[in-house]
Amino acid sequence: MSETVTVPTGTLMQGKRGLIMGVANDHSIAWGIAKALHAQGAELAFTYQGEALGKRVKPLAAKVGSSLVLPCDVEDLGSVDAVFDAIGKTWGSLDFVAHCIAYSAKNELKGRYADTTRENFARTMLISAFSFTEVAKRAAPLMTQGGSLVTLSFGGATRVMPNYNVMGVAKAALEAGVRYLAADYGPSGIRVNAISAGPIRTLAGAGIADARFMFNFQKSHAPLRRTVTIEDVGGSALYLLSDLSNGVTGELHYVDAGYNIISMPHPDSLKADEANL
Amino acid sequence: MSDVAERVKKIVIEHLGVDADKVVDNANFIEDLGADSLDTVELVMAFEEEFSVEIPDDAAETIVTVGDAVRFLDKATAAS
Repeated sequence: MSETVTVPTGTLMQGKRGLIMGVANDHSIAWGIAKALHAQGAELAFTYQGEALGKRVKPLAAKVGSSLVLPCDVEDLGSVDAVFDAIGKTWGSLDFVAHCIAYSAKNELKGRYADTTRENFARTMLISAFSFTEVAKRAAPLMTQGGSLVTLSFGGATRVMPNYNVMGVAKAALEAGVRYLAADYGPSGIRVNAISAGPIRTLAGAGIADARFMFNFQKSHAPLRRTVTIEDVGGSALYLLSDLSNGVTGELHYVDAGYNIISMPHPDSLKADEANL
Repeated sequence: MSDVAERVKKIVIEHLGVDADKVVDNANFIEDLGADSLDTVELVMAFEEEFSVEIPDDAAETIVTVGDAVRFLDKATAAS
């Protein structure tokens, strides 16, 4: 079950320090990002929300030599402040942040978007979209030499994905937030970008009803005829968080095997689907 | 014990860090083996990977004991 995947090693991130928010386990996209950065020499801090996730994150953080592993629940702004206070005291500065956090009540990740409740809408927007703004605001003063922030979105932000519902609306807000934050912090040399990753089987992804159909459809119909891996996203995040992308900000970067460019599956694959019925 | 049962038990033992003698057919992941709700999702994902099968949401909800998993995967792997 845990196949060994090689991650390119090097010195691209030597001397850089960054925060990874949102690792749940070794299948998390955030973990793919952490591995890519660590393999290039970055020093990492991690946050986790609650002890159930903490016990999963701590052994992983230890694997990449991280000793800064902090609790953070973005619904509790005091805990967000505490994270950046701790980073300020321990490191004095910060070079990058990967924000990989989202939440919606599971029972609203199925059925109709129209049935979203006011309570879950507000909570989903706060955790999945606005938390990135609050994180950026606290990270920026520590990015004294400039910096880079990345957050994770999904194609359901721009086009309708069944059952993704309120999360798609929150991701659309997150993507718009990326553009405004890029404008706000650009003059300080701080870049802000988003990765729109194709569907990946993660703990969080398991909350979306019938997600397996989405995986299979994209696998059959994306130009690369596969879904993406956490290492794929890690490589692209490395580019966005390193100096390689120094001229890039406010971007939404698709890492989805090309799925977003497709308007309709190729008839050949539809014929194959028919033959399999 | 079937090959499927052995592989299921190996995954459960490794994932939950429990003693092999506790991983019996009627052991409930949460009540008997100390799993939390995230563990149960992770176990289903681990079964899917190990056996290269898909476990639909409604089936996943019915897999609460070691035996449930073995029975589901016995059928799923026989069908494929």
